[in-house]
Amino acid sequence: MPVREVHVDEVRRAVARLCAEAAVELPEDVGRALAEAAEREESPVGRAVLAELAENVRVARTDRVPLCQDTGFAVVFVELGQDVHLTGGNLYDAINRGVAEGYTSAFLRPSILAHPWLGGNTGDNTPAVIHVDLVPGDRVRLTLLPKGGGSENKSALAMLRPADGLEGAKAFVLETVRRAGPDACPPLVVGVGIGGTFDQVALLAKKALLRPVGRHHPRPEVAELERELLAASARLGIGPMGLGGRVTALWVAVEIFPRHIATFPVAVNIQCHAARRREAVI
Amino acid sequence: MGADAAGGVRLRTPLGDEEVRRLRAGDRVLLSGRVYTARDEAHRRFLELIRAGRPLPLDLRGQVIYYVGPTPAPPGRPLGAAGPTTAGRMDPYTPALLERGLKATIGKGRRSAEVREAMVRHGAVYFAATGGAGALLARCVRRAEVVLYEDLGPEAVRLLEVEDLPLVVINDTLGNDLYERGVAAYRIEA
Repeated sequence: MPVREVHVDEVRRAVARLCAEAAVELPEDVGRALAEAAEREESPVGRAVLAELAENVRVARTDRVPLCQDTGFAVVFVELGQDVHLTGGNLYDAINRGVAEGYTSAFLRPSILAHPWLGGNTGDNTPAVIHVDLVPGDRVRLTLLPKGGGSENKSALAMLRPADGLEGAKAFVLETVRRAGPDACPPLVVGVGIGGTFDQVALLAKKALLRPVGRHHPRPEVAELERELLAASARLGIGPMGLGGRVTALWVAVEIFPRHIATFPVAVNIQCHAARRREAVI
Repeated sequence: MGADAAGGVRLRTPLGDEEVRRLRAGDRVLLSGRVYTARDEAHRRFLELIRAGRPLPLDLRGQVIYYVGPTPAPPGRPLGAAGPTTAGRMDPYTPALLERGLKATIGKGRRSAEVREAMVRHGAVYFAATGGAGALLARCVRRAEVVLYEDLGPEAVRLLEVEDLPLVVINDTLGNDLYERGVAAYRIEA
């Protein structure tokens, strides 16, 4: 297999474009889910909120103003084909330069403090959080997930006992959604990871948020769990913006991994209704 | 205070004690006039001043604080997206500000028991704006200027001139909570 050369400037430009576009254009699947939610919402207040959110999506696109002022931490997933040879510099630097360019030129909010307690806004929303996976092939797939702080704050991880098992995991997911309540801007997209290690289960939950709303996990038992959790979230009564109603979540996506015999890790990554993501392939 | 069939009660800042006391959890409000923006870091600085026994740089009597960190203003607009941030993060600072005459706060999400009690004690209310509707809410902002802490960037204190900002009363001066009431009406016990 011949090696394909890709200059990192292509990566930089793609990332800059993804940042600018993701902030104003809600993915189609999420927009569709919001429209369907309005049809099944029982609460009149909830329906009014969903109509407002649909209007916000239109206004953001027309005015080219971000959907939400929290334009997020730039989380960038890279699927790097192993037959790609990157030239012209360092991949991580190129991604960060792309984030800086994208956030600055599109007037997005710089939300990153350089030091967790000493502070100091970095001014251009860098650094990004970057995850790289090597995959077969000669392409570079870049997926940007701009992640808001309000919903991230309501995310949680538990190292359950194997005795707690799947029932324990379900209870933990629902308790996390209940505690998020109105704070995380419901209707939510809920990313769940089960299995792996402490670090990996969180990444599984985040990766679950990359799956389009409406697409179930290919394994039937996981898809069944997704259906069950979505139905149970509706019974919590939280509803749009937490004002009471049926549509608490637009979607629940679960990702799994083998587990150690002694552990049962569960992670829940909460995403708001402005579930922005954008992808490019080089 | 006037009524509007479509959008709710019309209010203009600064807010008077009586008009605030008449508000009830669930009321829809269209707010106009000047509101201050402040979020995490500005609140921390306010509390530092209060603890040091020094005066606040703002007179909060009758005023409204909107918890928002807007996106930068693109050319030709006063401000970028301007939806509410989670109010609960400001809970540790809020009672001290209510004590100094702050009449209302705007955010999204639940307030602590301490803040709800302080609102009852000082005759103040908490409004929610629709979270994640930043582009839509930006259309209500006529003017924006940084008045304090410019070094904080998006967290600087701004004075916004708003027109018919759509809000809903979550906590009123009697201690009612719209979130509790709304969720109780739709919760189905397993």
